[in-house]
Amino acid sequence: MSDNVIEVRGLLKLYGTQRAVNAIDLDIRRGEIFGLLGPNGAGKTTTILMLLGLTETSGGTVNVLGFDPVRQPLEVKRRVGYLPDAVGFYDHLTARENLGYTARLLDIPRREATGRIMEALKSVKLDDVADKRVATFSRGMRQRLGIAEIVMKKAEVAILDEPTSGLDPHATFELLEMIRGLKRLNVAVLLSSHLLDRVQSVCDRVALFNKGSIALMGTVVELANQVLGAGHPVLVEASGADIPGALRAVEGVQKVTEEGQGAWRVVADRDVRSAVAQRIVSAGGSLTRLADLQPSLEEVYTRYFQEARHAA
Amino acid sequence: MPREVGQRSAARREGSPFTGLGPVFMKEFADHLSSARMMVLMLFVLAFGALPVGLSLQELRNVTESDPFLFLRIFTSSPQRMPFSFMSSLTLVIPLLAIGLGFDSVNSEFNRRTLSRVLSQPIYRDALLLGKFLGGLATLAVALVALWLIVLGAGLILLGVPPRGVEVARGLGFLAVAIAYGGAWLAIAMLFSVIFRSTATSALCSLGLWLFFTILWPQIVPILVLSVTPTDVAMGMGRLDQTLAVIEFQSMLERLSPNTLFAESVIGLLNPETRTLGPMIPAQMRGAIMGAPLPFDQSVLLIWPQVTGLVAGMIVVFAAAYVIFQREEVRA
Repeated sequence: MSDNVIEVRGLLKLYGTQRAVNAIDLDIRRGEIFGLLGPNGAGKTTTILMLLGLTETSGGTVNVLGFDPVRQPLEVKRRVGYLPDAVGFYDHLTARENLGYTARLLDIPRREATGRIMEALKSVKLDDVADKRVATFSRGMRQRLGIAEIVMKKAEVAILDEPTSGLDPHATFELLEMIRGLKRLNVAVLLSSHLLDRVQSVCDRVALFNKGSIALMGTVVELANQVLGAGHPVLVEASGADIPGALRAVEGVQKVTEEGQGAWRVVADRDVRSAVAQRIVSAGGSLTRLADLQPSLEEVYTRYFQEARHAA
Repeated sequence: MPREVGQRSAARREGSPFTGLGPVFMKEFADHLSSARMMVLMLFVLAFGALPVGLSLQELRNVTESDPFLFLRIFTSSPQRMPFSFMSSLTLVIPLLAIGLGFDSVNSEFNRRTLSRVLSQPIYRDALLLGKFLGGLATLAVALVALWLIVLGAGLILLGVPPRGVEVARGLGFLAVAIAYGGAWLAIAMLFSVIFRSTATSALCSLGLWLFFTILWPQIVPILVLSVTPTDVAMGMGRLDQTLAVIEFQSMLERLSPNTLFAESVIGLLNPETRTLGPMIPAQMRGAIMGAPLPFDQSVLLIWPQVTGLVAGMIVVFAAAYVIFQREEVRA
């Protein structure tokens, strides 16, 4: 088997005549963080459930760690950790007891389980509340307990459905840190989300879902090139001369657009920052800001769905 | 509830469907036994059981004629100051106990959003549902055994005579039938907990069915029977075989209710004098000594169809719950 932990070919899911997931192909490599993006109802959760064998597929093949989730769901579920959207735990049990139940379902020997549960709780900083009932836990703590479950399970693949939805910024930051921790353990992480800037900061690759199909897939930069066009966007803030004229004269510049008072957005076919600085200074202007504009996933997302709507 | 359509002909899945049954069973059993709800249900059962038992024990202490089945009378005799016996109060209370244990067993997992997390562990839905059912049934059994022992103990102390072996055997048989009866109602409650996402709706439906079988069904059956009875039979002038057929039809309808099946089995077991649960025709009386008790094995034979019916009903209802649960979507 190659280094892919998940291989999906032509995966299909029909609800009546509606195609919830429409023949998607997907590869996820060992040790990478992969983001599934898209509006609600685009088919992300359905795809995830089919990967776990929790819902029947209507066509296509899925291979998770060499197993078929339709025929061998137990083998898949033994090796894959799943954190559902708004995960629930048994409120009347403590954090430790909840993980203990999972450990028994996984058939981990009791003696080994005790150590693994404590280690897992420590890794998500819940060890000081291990014997508190989950009823007292905040949403962020429940999500972290879900991550602890995956750590305890020693899963090779972690599938997280909207892990950061409904969390405050601090809790989100902590959770993303823990997701990076999973990656350090060489766990492949598949996460779905619509919090784009957060996803951008952790994901190696992303796939953009639209109406059951994968519209775009690749790294954020690749996606930006596809949607926003190739080129290096640069933000220039300057005053005191004919700035647009000076900018257009720089070799390689394709487009100059005004972005407010004394600010311009320059798109060029290469990195033109030093040439722009030189030109403005020699034209007698004063340069106050020169910034390389990283393509943001949010921009890609918004632009893509604008165009998709126009096309429709 | 959304159902999956357009399913592919299911490929054979691998692994035992009972993987993880043990942990689920143990968790459900422990949860039930430690829950506040179980305390309330037990108080309820004790209150309903203690009154008829106490009163009939008082009366039985004054019985002077020798009765070989004195102990069994604790269960069946209805005291003068009470309209019902211990046995008939159990007919009412056991379904309530079972419904209390089962009405939210599956839908509460949906509502707490624990279902998808538990099902993402290496376990089939079969094991989850069966584990929940067996956990509830074990709890029910523990409660009934405790109750039975209490009654037996109270009888020993207040009557001052030990029960004979055959009385203990009949008592144990009664216990087994009571557990099967509870199991049937537990399966019904779990079926509703699979069908409805709201726990209140499923509780209402279970209780509604319980009320229907307890109060309405016994009233409806005679009306139904009367509507198909030929006039001469209704006037009491029909041929014997016709009259018998009508009576058979009536008992068949009545036996659709688990309550009837339970009541008939218990009468057969605890009243050793019972020779038949249907109509008695003179031919059957030939050679019989009136009022003489049947041997234990003959009583068991007499009630065997009823017990089989109860267990079969429990299995059918559970199977229905199982099929619906298998087809249900996991996502909340």
